[in-house]
Amino acid sequence: MNLIFNFLVFPGFLFTAVIGCLASWIDRKVTARVQWRVGPPILQPFYDLVKLSGKETIVPRGGARLTFLAMPIVALSAITLVSTLIWRVLLSPQTTFLGDLIVVIYLLTIPSIALIISGAASANPLASLGASREMKLILGYELPFILAIFVPVIKANGIIRLGELLAWQWTNHIFVGSLSGFIAFIVVILCMQAKLGLVPFDAPEAETEIIAGPYIEYSGTPLAIYKLTRWMMLFVIPMFLVVIFMGGINFSGWHILWGILKYVLLLVIIVLIRNTNPRLRIDQAMKFFWGPVTGLAILAVILALLGL
Amino acid sequence: MNLKLKALKKSLWLFHFNSGSCNNCDIEILDCLTPKFDLERFGIKLIGSIRHADVMVVTGFVSRQTAPRLKRLYQQAPKPVIVIACGSCACSGAIFAPSYNMAGPVDKIIPVDAYIPGCPPKPQAIIAAVVKLWKKL
Repeated sequence: MNLIFNFLVFPGFLFTAVIGCLASWIDRKVTARVQWRVGPPILQPFYDLVKLSGKETIVPRGGARLTFLAMPIVALSAITLVSTLIWRVLLSPQTTFLGDLIVVIYLLTIPSIALIISGAASANPLASLGASREMKLILGYELPFILAIFVPVIKANGIIRLGELLAWQWTNHIFVGSLSGFIAFIVVILCMQAKLGLVPFDAPEAETEIIAGPYIEYSGTPLAIYKLTRWMMLFVIPMFLVVIFMGGINFSGWHILWGILKYVLLLVIIVLIRNTNPRLRIDQAMKFFWGPVTGLAILAVILALLGL
Repeated sequence: MNLKLKALKKSLWLFHFNSGSCNNCDIEILDCLTPKFDLERFGIKLIGSIRHADVMVVTGFVSRQTAPRLKRLYQQAPKPVIVIACGSCACSGAIFAPSYNMAGPVDKIIPVDAYIPGCPPKPQAIIAAVVKLWKKL
């Protein structure tokens, strides 16, 4: 009963959805301010969701109906599960279990995989183009992402429980504070940008080029679910980084503000990167991730092994 | 239903269809989204896929080549969808009315909810049309 409550309401679906909507509003508002505009009102994401759920749902002729309609729900439940795991660990670190770091890394790729499958299921050439680009992008960023996640694990002598990683940071120092941790953090921020599908790496869903990639045939409620998933990722992935690199959130008194500030800082970095960069072609993105970014990640791992 | 209608008013996503226009109306539509007018304040944004659209903004007289495509796009749009004919050509055909290539104006092909005359209409006129649509909805 408690688990269902955790999954559906508090650290899970409802909470993440509300904060995710707020995060997407911050994203749009900051973007508008950067472009010297006013930007949408704070309730805009809710209006979008309600409006989309009131529209007609169309399944394209020739598309795989069940897969097409099921994939948004798979993506949504995966990201909800990640949020539940991370927040349960944050609220009570002793609920951690062996290898939940690995579970979280696994679950974080599921939205991308759902996107690939739904792109292939929508019987649209542009959607399958987007799906193939997303596939290449995953191949590109997963390697440096996982290498960079190794760094805290190495520094904490092989701990793969989120709760113990947090406890290590509270007793010693946060991982960003060390040289190897800082380099790994930069790598992870770049990979996060690709995971979120935001501008330098948004080739899979390039609005102006292949319309919206895998989302092109979605309308009505499934589109609303996908939008919500994207907004929740905007909350969950930075939160994951806050936990493993920046020491999480301390819930005693004023320290909570400091924790929120860490998240907002990451969010603003994401938005600023997205607003000041052009879109990379998919081959350039692959070269970028397998070249300099993987190099940096390997450097960070070596430094971590040396104890820096 | 009322809540959904309110939400629809607050987040209109535009799909922009050029059915043989001279590009002038299209530039004016994009003008509405620039910092000076900033329609995103009202939740209006431009999207690329007809499946995401709430409003179809059609510019240009409808040529024989684009007429079947316009009809097909209208059928592909998830309902409810609003159609705006933007510019004199889209409203009446204007100087192209006697042309051999004329298949429109727009309301001959698909039902239209609002007409915006002008060659091209000013951004203010486009915004006024959207406000009148809000009152009509």
